Amino acid sequence: MSTDFLFGITVLLVYQLIGEIITRLLQLPVPGPVIGMLLLFASLFLHHNLEQRLDAASASLLTHLSLLFVPAGVGVMAHFGRLEEQWLPILVALVLGTLLTLAATALIMLGVSRLLGHGGKTGHE
Amino acid sequence: MNNPQLAQIWVYLAASPLFGLTITLAAYQLAHHVYVRSGRNQLLNPVVTAVVLLIILLQLTGMPYQDYFAGAQFVHFLLGPATVALAIPLYRQFAKLRQLWLPVLTALVLGVSIGGLSAVLIADMLGADTRTLLSLAPKSVTAPVAMGIAERLGGLPSLTAVLVVSTGVIGAVFGTRLFDWMGIRDDSVRGIAMGVAAHGIGTARAFQVSSEMGAFSGLAMALSAFLASVILPWLVRWVQ
Repeated sequence: MSTDFLFGITVLLVYQLIGEIITRLLQLPVPGPVIGMLLLFASLFLHHNLEQRLDAASASLLTHLSLLFVPAGVGVMAHFGRLEEQWLPILVALVLGTLLTLAATALIMLGVSRLLGHGGKTGHE
Repeated sequence: MNNPQLAQIWVYLAASPLFGLTITLAAYQLAHHVYVRSGRNQLLNPVVTAVVLLIILLQLTGMPYQDYFAGAQFVHFLLGPATVALAIPLYRQFAKLRQLWLPVLTALVLGVSIGGLSAVLIADMLGADTRTLLSLAPKSVTAPVAMGIAERLGGLPSLTAVLVVSTGVIGAVFGTRLFDWMGIRDDSVRGIAMGVAAHGIGTARAFQVSSEMGAFSGLAMALSAFLASVILPWLVRWVQ
């Protein structure tokens, strides 16, 4: 393990820890890691060399982000009964709802960009 | 298992976190290998393949999910620091983000609302029960946040985790195709939509396309998690 990796993962955990404490103290509806992310984002502007030192740890976590979802995915086992009963509404809601959300979000962002007059940067090419 | 020694070894393995952790890493690497060999065919998304492999293995060995999770939780835990780490790509895209803050914010607020409402309304029309509806509402939000929201709404957090992962896979599989078909090529727009609709799994896919799309997707995922925890409980109460 390189020193930078060790340093990076420690910093990420410290920010997560601070985030968890803040969200509990202030009883925020937002989870600790999200607060931690916002705090780290702010800190990066204060300490310009932090970005480079966090590179190794953040890159290794983010390049295999999908791996981290596998344990929760296997949890489908506990819900086979409910899924068998209601597979149709669930499947349609997931597929149709997700496609609708993707399309609508993209169109809204494009629409507002055009209204503001920087359509050239975000529009159809 | 006839051999008493093997049976004893199995008793040890089933009780130790080593087994769940090892099979999670091994299954994912096998799934990732298959995915790369297929020329990165999105239908062979490594999350799906790994989950299917692991379920088959657990069914064959008769190991309950709780025992498996005792080991797999070490991987699950890393979702926390990975969320914090999203600050770095976000920082790198800050110049572009500052230019686009109003379109981004509008898209996030409306996108989060559409993501929750569309799932609940569609499933309700097709006859899902209330618990399922409440578990579906945060389906586009990143897993740890979505589970918290489901719990507060009165849904089933573990069901939500599964719906969240499925949503992410659907977004990762169809997202870029949908954007191509719609003629949307700007990576900042594609990234924002991906992060709002398909959270971390969509973001993982977005990073494969470009680091710009990944950064915007990561930003959308983080900010929409924040917005969803405020908007969704209010929206669901209003619909009911």
